[in-house]
Amino acid sequence: MIMNRRHFIAAAGAAATLFPIAGRASDTIRLGSVLDTSGIFDAYGKPMDMALGLAVNEINAAGGLNGKEVEVVSYDTQSDMALYSQYAQQLVRNDDVDVVHGGILSASREAIRQTLRKAGILYFYNVLYEGGVCDRNIFINGVTPAQQVEALVPFAMGRSGKKVHVLAADYNYGQITAKWIQKYVADNGGETVAVDFFPLEVSEFGSTIARIQSIDPDLVIAPLVGGAHLSFFRQWAAAGMNERIPLASTSLGVGNEHRVLTADEGNGIMVAYHYSQELDTPANNDFKARWAQAYGDTSAIHEIAVSNYQGVLTWAAAVRRAGSTNRDDVIAALEEGLSIEGPGGTVTIDPQTHHAKLDVHLMILENQGMTVIETLPQRPPVDTQAVCDLGANPDDNTQYEIRI
Amino acid sequence: MDLIAVMAVEFLYAVASLVLISAGLAVVFGMMRVINLAHGEFMILGGYVTITAVNLGVNVFIAMVIIAPLAVALIGVVVERLVIRHLYGRLVDTMLATWGLSLFFIGLVTVIFGNTTTGISTPIPGFAIGDYRINGYSFFIILVAVLLLAAMAVILRTTRFGLIARGTMARPDIAAALGHETERIYMATFAVGSALSGLAGAVLAPLVGLVPGSGAAYIAKAFITVIAGGPQLLAGLMSSATFFGVVNQLFTFTISPVIGEVALLVAAVILLRMLPRGITGRFFRERSS
Repeated sequence: MIMNRRHFIAAAGAAATLFPIAGRASDTIRLGSVLDTSGIFDAYGKPMDMALGLAVNEINAAGGLNGKEVEVVSYDTQSDMALYSQYAQQLVRNDDVDVVHGGILSASREAIRQTLRKAGILYFYNVLYEGGVCDRNIFINGVTPAQQVEALVPFAMGRSGKKVHVLAADYNYGQITAKWIQKYVADNGGETVAVDFFPLEVSEFGSTIARIQSIDPDLVIAPLVGGAHLSFFRQWAAAGMNERIPLASTSLGVGNEHRVLTADEGNGIMVAYHYSQELDTPANNDFKARWAQAYGDTSAIHEIAVSNYQGVLTWAAAVRRAGSTNRDDVIAALEEGLSIEGPGGTVTIDPQTHHAKLDVHLMILENQGMTVIETLPQRPPVDTQAVCDLGANPDDNTQYEIRI
Repeated sequence: MDLIAVMAVEFLYAVASLVLISAGLAVVFGMMRVINLAHGEFMILGGYVTITAVNLGVNVFIAMVIIAPLAVALIGVVVERLVIRHLYGRLVDTMLATWGLSLFFIGLVTVIFGNTTTGISTPIPGFAIGDYRINGYSFFIILVAVLLLAAMAVILRTTRFGLIARGTMARPDIAAALGHETERIYMATFAVGSALSGLAGAVLAPLVGLVPGSGAAYIAKAFITVIAGGPQLLAGLMSSATFFGVVNQLFTFTISPVIGEVALLVAAVILLRMLPRGITGRFFRERSS
């Protein structure tokens, strides 16, 4: 290539922007965030981003971490999986971050996990997911199917009966969760009479509702996902089935879907999560007040926004305990079984899996809110524990498919 | 016996919803030969208009049956004047332009309503057939579909507007030579097609959770139904909606919803292989020449 002056300047400019932080002063701690704050997943990503902003502002207002201010470097991945790997490279190479929080879908987590692992940058994935990731560089604080289903199934069966019909979304989350439901139904002395899977775009459930009635189960459990599947809950209520066969779900409400259903449509549906806006604890009331002060009203808060908030809090506690942001020191601090009190309850790091022991709340939808019936403290992530032991095998780097 | 009655209603409902989903496209694509890839978005616009109107306190039936079709017809007129009228007779170009429109509408709806699920609940309570509970709203959908088909038949077959519209679609040059303003007739026909799409989106809205991208779920079924129906607008619509509705429900009920969707597509492929011009005869009729 012949290089004239203009090309040279352009190339030099490009090179300069590639390595701009050679001389960065280390008087701040840099926290990288990658979330879908626009595009089709923004209903999840926007509140997560707000939660992260709130957490960091609170840390800084209290004097920062170890005397240093926390600075956020955030990227909007626009619900585009390709942008995750691009921005992860950027965070690693240009931005020189000390930690990364982010990723929403499992696909987005897998797009950046290896990049961050190779670069030795600690990664927090703060989302409820299908379980099984075993990697020393990552910490995950969302509930996994076993944590949730193990609690939900006996609760729901206790309020209905032993014959269970499962309706699940037809992709890895739904299929894995359906297996866990079948396992725990059997463990609790029940019987799974049918399992139906639905592609994500199915929004017609009339004949399914007729089929359910011809099978006549005591309980329907529905790990259904997304806007089209919300139709099921609507059509179920429209047929008057909500007064006939009790219904439970492992996914309704994670993105505040229960506020889209009317009170009549949602009332009585049984769920189990780590967080509910209706949790009447000092920690949650205080959190909601601070959120309202920062953002006006609390309607956006949902399960994974709180997970993201707690993820930042957990990381901050570990940095304080370690007295540095060095990755290995922070991991060591976390592996001591570090525990924080968040809006959803106690979050304790499980050193064996780098997942979290969480309080799981058994709830019933009531007037577009989730009323807490019972709280099961400190549920361990038994599904991932069955396949992953980072203490014995610290170099593991796999997402296990959990066999049941 | 009760199960048979329930299933009969579900079959009728499946057929009726296919008729509703496809009616607007049957006019726009079947009559005017405009490949309207924004058909799904016209439908969800009808849904969003309904939800907005209901939230403003309008009676839900008025919102669905009057306000939504009118609003979407207006949007249709604007779209026709700005975009579609330049593209009549250019099949591929209409495809590209309406695809752009569909992206535009998705963006617009996202900006206005946000990228979250919205919806209203069904206005008719469920009731019992023997031991079974059934969605009362299904009957409303069936009723609307029947009335719609009847109205289309009356308008196309017996009114002067129907005659002129059909004539214009078949031979615009002759219609123009006879002194009809073909531009106006195209515009009016497109508006009617849009209104039908809006009506479909509106009456289906209480059954689903709407997101800005919901239109995509309808468009494939609508095109399959219209193409498989063939050139006879009403007979084609009814016959192919019946065929696909029955196939889909049969497999959904006996095996699973996934197989139901697969069966619908397989049936469409086989049907078009055996009857390449659709159920009602020649599939493609040259508009001019």
